[in-house]
Amino acid sequence: MGLQPYLLLSATVFCIGLFGVMTRRNTIGILLGIELMMNAVNINLVAFARYTAVASGMVFTVFTICITVTEAALGLAIVILLFRVRRTVMADHLDLLKG
Amino acid sequence: MSEQIAFAVLAFTLVGSALAVVLSKNLFHAVLWLALALTGTAGVFLLLDAEFLAAVQLLLYAGGIITIVVFAIVVTERLIGERLTQTNMRIGGGALLSAVLFGFILMVLARHPLPATRPEMPGDLTRAVGEAVLTRYVLPFELLAVLMLTGLLGAIYFARPED
Repeated sequence: MGLQPYLLLSATVFCIGLFGVMTRRNTIGILLGIELMMNAVNINLVAFARYTAVASGMVFTVFTICITVTEAALGLAIVILLFRVRRTVMADHLDLLKG
Repeated sequence: MSEQIAFAVLAFTLVGSALAVVLSKNLFHAVLWLALALTGTAGVFLLLDAEFLAAVQLLLYAGGIITIVVFAIVVTERLIGERLTQTNMRIGGGALLSAVLFGFILMVLARHPLPATRPEMPGDLTRAVGEAVLTRYVLPFELLAVLMLTGLLGAIYFARPED
C-alpha cells in the first residue's frame, strides 16, 4: 500500500477538525477540533517517516504529542479561568475585545 | 491484502468518529468520540510500524487529554446548571472553507509522485527513535521538558482555587 491513502486520511481528519474549530460555539468544542487537527498532523509525520525510512519524523511526532498535551492543559485552564470571570464558555459571548 | 482491510476499517472508524466529534450535540459524547478517534490513530500508527508512538498516543492522548477535558466540562457545566448541549454556527461557511482546503490538498497530492511501497526499515524502529532523541535531538528534547514544566505550572496557576 502506498503513501497516498495515509495522506488522504490525514487530510480528511484535518479538514473535519478545521470545520469543528470554525463552527463550534463552545470553547471546549473548539479545543476538541484543534486536537483532531493536531492528530491529523501526527499521522502525516509518521507516514512520511515510515515511507522515507528516516526516524526523525517519529521523533518530531513525540515532540508534537507532548506540545499538544501541554496546549490542551493550558487551554482548558484558560477555559476554567474564563468561566470563573465571565460565567460562560460560549465563544461568541466572549467578545470583550470587540470594538 | 490484510493491510488494506485494516487500513479501511481504521480509516472508517477515524473519519466517522471525527465527524461525530464536530457534529455531536452533547459535548460529553463529543469527548468520548474523540477518545475513539485518538485510539483509531494509535491503530494507524501500529499499521505504520510505530509501536512506541502508538503506546505514547494511548497513554498521553486517550489517557491524559480525555481526563483533563472531562474534568473541564464537569467544572464549567455543572456549576452553571445548563445542559450539556452545544450547537454549531455558520455551518455553511465552515463546510465551504474545509471543502476548499481539502480540494487544494487533493490537487497537491495528485500532482506529486508519492512512494507506492514502503522501504525496509533498517533495524528496530523504537531503538532508532530513542537514539535520535538522545543524540541528534537532545537539545529540543530538553527544551521540550522545560516547555512542559512551564506549561503545566501555568495551567496550575490559572486554575488555582480562589483565595
